[in-house]
Amino acid sequence: MDWRTFARSILIVTEKNMRIYYFKGPVMIFGLLFPLIMFFTFFIGRDLDLILFYPGFLGMMLFFTASSVGPLITPWEKREKTYERLVSLPVILESIIIGDILSGAVFGVGITIIVFCLSTLLLPLPVANAGLLLLSIVLGSIAFAALGTLLSSPATNNPSNIMMLSSLVRLPIIFISGIFIPLSQLEGLSYLLTSASPLTYIVDLFHASLKGNAVYPAWFDILVMVFVILLFIGAAKAIQKRNLMKGI
Amino acid sequence: MNAVEAENLRKSFGYVTAVDGVSLSIPEGGIFGFLGPNGAGKTTTIRMLTGVLIPDSGKVSVFGDDVHQNPIAAKLKMGVIPENGTVYSDLTARQNILLTGKFYGMEKDLCEKRAAEILERLGLTERRNDLVRLFSKGMRQRISIACAIVHSPPLLVLDEPTTGLDVYSRRLVIDTVRHMNEDGSTVLLTTHNIDEANALCSDIGIIDKGKIIASGSPEKLKKTFDTSRYVEISFDRPVGKEIFSAPGITRAEQWGDKWRIYSDDPDIAVKHLASVAERDNLSIISIATSNPSLEEAFVKLTEGI
Repeated sequence: MDWRTFARSILIVTEKNMRIYYFKGPVMIFGLLFPLIMFFTFFIGRDLDLILFYPGFLGMMLFFTASSVGPLITPWEKREKTYERLVSLPVILESIIIGDILSGAVFGVGITIIVFCLSTLLLPLPVANAGLLLLSIVLGSIAFAALGTLLSSPATNNPSNIMMLSSLVRLPIIFISGIFIPLSQLEGLSYLLTSASPLTYIVDLFHASLKGNAVYPAWFDILVMVFVILLFIGAAKAIQKRNLMKGI
Repeated sequence: MNAVEAENLRKSFGYVTAVDGVSLSIPEGGIFGFLGPNGAGKTTTIRMLTGVLIPDSGKVSVFGDDVHQNPIAAKLKMGVIPENGTVYSDLTARQNILLTGKFYGMEKDLCEKRAAEILERLGLTERRNDLVRLFSKGMRQRISIACAIVHSPPLLVLDEPTTGLDVYSRRLVIDTVRHMNEDGSTVLLTTHNIDEANALCSDIGIIDKGKIIASGSPEKLKKTFDTSRYVEISFDRPVGKEIFSAPGITRAEQWGDKWRIYSDDPDIAVKHLASVAERDNLSIISIATSNPSLEEAFVKLTEGI
């Protein structure tokens, strides 16, 4: 394996995605407008403690932005017939998958940090551990970008099919993730259901890094997120390799 | 060392066998044409040779590097124009070429220089900063070729590069292929245009139903069908097919305002045509004899004579 060429191919795939896909309509709608609309729908006009619910909002923002780029790339490239050319370049499947994930993650990290900085101007947000906050944003962005890439893996050349599928998967994840009800107030079946969502652990990490209180220890949240990243990448690779075998 | 070495490639999609034990050796420096009717397995074979499709079995190597075991090293030696592949319509012509150059690890200055040279050669210098989405099909194909040759690849693979192009774009593509070959690139191309293959290729492989059914130089393939010469004739007025019936004439086909009379012996055909013209008071407008064409060889091979 030529590791230098492999690393270069990942960076060029990432650069290509950033130049072409960041400003596409579906990314703007599902990555920026959607979380803002959700925020206004659930948080504004109600008598809620915005500081208490801020980790949940930040987690939702990160989740939507990081997972909005990946679902678009592969179906768009297949529709535009650029995918076959990309595969014939000196890349391997892993270069394309990791490049797609990195472009989604960079988008997630960038937008989330901007949103957080703007929020600190409006709200007296506490920051208990800035390093952990940054690590949580990076880890969450990679995990949710990997989810986006996994969602783009089924064989189709119609981006709208994948955007529908991604909404079908992402919205339930939001609703079972301790965003609207803090994890510490859940019990029984609700608690179990919430534990099944990867977003729960990012929101818990945000609680730990902003306010210093969390349900799980930070190392456990981090471990779960690393596992989720590997799971999503492995599944995306398996599906996309099967597509290459079938020529679709 | 051969530029391409493929051994016993097989690929099935469900119960359909698209490629059935194809083996190829393409020597360095030549232009190899891959011919076959629609659905014969050309594109599937090319996709396996270029690492786009994983074969069910068999091996491919490019200048000694196994395409599926060591894909990056093998792909670095190739420039590919896929049949179903195009360039990014959201980038400009120049940006597409530079992006491709980056994948091949080219230095920025060298890549800029090569891009300028290629755009000039392909007649696109004035459009270099326009988005590709504004381009015609022929211009897109020229950019696709520019991307494939920016790194001066030792092996250039073109899948149906001239299909659907206007005459100007077709000529530019053919000139570019010749130019790349003169500069040392081995070329592998698939085409439906038999005249093009005849004029360009040093070797040809004919594939049908997933199997290579003939290979060799165009002249060698033509000689395989040395019995099928024809005489092309046109008269001053329309005539019926029945006047060409005679011993030694195998068949007659109308080609526009002319007829092609196929015969094992052109001498018999010409004498018969002259006597028919005399008998029926027809004036011969033009007459020409032809050696067996590559097209004839292709048709006969793929008809399964």
